[in-house]
Amino acid sequence: MSVVPLRKEGLPMQSKTEEKPIESKPGMAAVQIVEDKSAVKEDTVASIAKSSALSKVKPFMQWLIPPVMGLALLIGVWSMIAAVTKGLPGPIVTFEAAVKLFSDPFYINGPNDQGIGWNILNSLERVGLGFSMAALVGIPFGFMIGRFEFLARMTSPIISLLRPVSPLAWLPIGLLVFKAANPAAIWVIFITAIWPMIINTAVGVSKVPQDYMNVAKVLNLSEWKIVTKILFPSVLPYMMTGIRLSIGTAWLVIVAAEMLTGGAGIGFWVWDEWNNLVVEHIIIAIFVVGIIGLLLEQSLLLIAKRFSYE
Amino acid sequence: MEKPIEKYVYLENVGMKFVTKKGTFEALNNINLSIDQGEFVSIIGHSGCGKSTVLNLIAGLLEPTSGHLFCAGREIARPGPERAVVFQNHSLLPWLTCFENVYLAVERVFESETSMQLEARAYAALKLVGLTHAAEKRPHEISGGMKQRVGIARALAMEPKVLLLDEPFGALDALTRANLQDELMRIMTEKNCTAVMVTHDVDEAVLLSDRIVMMTNGPSATIGEILDVSLPKQRNRLALAEDATYNHLRSEVLRFLYERHAKKAA
Repeated sequence: MSVVPLRKEGLPMQSKTEEKPIESKPGMAAVQIVEDKSAVKEDTVASIAKSSALSKVKPFMQWLIPPVMGLALLIGVWSMIAAVTKGLPGPIVTFEAAVKLFSDPFYINGPNDQGIGWNILNSLERVGLGFSMAALVGIPFGFMIGRFEFLARMTSPIISLLRPVSPLAWLPIGLLVFKAANPAAIWVIFITAIWPMIINTAVGVSKVPQDYMNVAKVLNLSEWKIVTKILFPSVLPYMMTGIRLSIGTAWLVIVAAEMLTGGAGIGFWVWDEWNNLVVEHIIIAIFVVGIIGLLLEQSLLLIAKRFSYE
Repeated sequence: MEKPIEKYVYLENVGMKFVTKKGTFEALNNINLSIDQGEFVSIIGHSGCGKSTVLNLIAGLLEPTSGHLFCAGREIARPGPERAVVFQNHSLLPWLTCFENVYLAVERVFESETSMQLEARAYAALKLVGLTHAAEKRPHEISGGMKQRVGIARALAMEPKVLLLDEPFGALDALTRANLQDELMRIMTEKNCTAVMVTHDVDEAVLLSDRIVMMTNGPSATIGEILDVSLPKQRNRLALAEDATYNHLRSEVLRFLYERHAKKAA
């Protein structure tokens, strides 16, 4: 009786039990099979553990090797160009300069000579301010455009006309209106960041499934409930895309804007180091801008994931 | 029990035209239908015959281009809590839990009640469909059948006078569908609520309805025939499989759909 289920479990043993003479006691056979089975188990456990350790390392290596090779290629090409170009520092010189630079990031020797940390923080502050104001204006505006077709058609020519304009073209207007460089730079960031947020939010609102709107109608929800329980959650992914695009371009534009406006900031720093002909610092700035842009993007992706309901 | 009101839901010469890019399309023409209180009426027809349009008109989601619709003696102008809809694709809001989905409906209908009373209502509705254990789950965490149960709970929680079902079990597998049909039968006897159900499933129509409205093919679809289902209430699907009346009714509907109003292969 007890042999049958055991035989089923211990499939590899099947042929062995078949060979057993029929007259042998069922209990005996069972014991023997149990023993055999545990032996098999140990064996397989060991081999599984071995292969799982291997199977973890292999995908990790497959994941790691291509990007490492890419970076190595970049550094290789850079060293080659540096070797033949007079005045262009190679990777090693730049790395040494970076170590020196980042060992004292927060010094202030007057308005035009500050540590890299201050420059970065100043740029981030401008981007943060311009971007927040753009979000405060752009997201509600996008909602209204998406919700009311009249407004959409009214603003569509204005948006189509102004959106392709380089944000830097707005800098003189900013300087004229605000009569100061810093607010003008923030103004440029505002203009840069606002379009993706308006457009993506509006698209999100217009893409809200008709089913949900029918639910809203049948349940006779108030406009407030429609916005908070249906529109907002369903537009959120689109909005996050808009925010991500906005902050990405804002970070692109701040370097250019600061080159023009001056004051502390990573863009100004690049231009200042060009005037001082400290080229390794310019290369460091390129890496810094890239890494911070990447971090901004990744943190926003993380936030977006947090809001995803699927 | 008081006498059921006749002509509780009443459609009078209802016609519906849609303006499309290719010109006007007449979906429905001259629909006349009267449903008594407590009646369960199915609307059956080939796909594209405008049966869902009829339901959306009763729901108040659409306005007819001609004719009038009444519910409880008042003309239907917009959706109202006395007419709850169970949508084909359940239409639950994915970012709310099952409980919150139901709560959203009761909150609006019973505005004067305290939140305790409202929560009790939402729980009672989930209990009615046997889903109290899934109250805190989100729609993507539960099966299709369970989602549709929540959809039914949401509609019933509003204590509607008329329940409108738009192919409620169309997207479910046969076994789940049978389960939910039995459940619906039980609930409808319990609540004694008027119901209009759109379906393309002949068995479902015969099993659940008091009357079956059979629609002709579109464009300009109208009611071809109305069949009285003279089976006693409290039906059992197994017993009915052998029942002569049931099989006769079933073949009546099939004959209407596949002989007299067969749809040309699309």
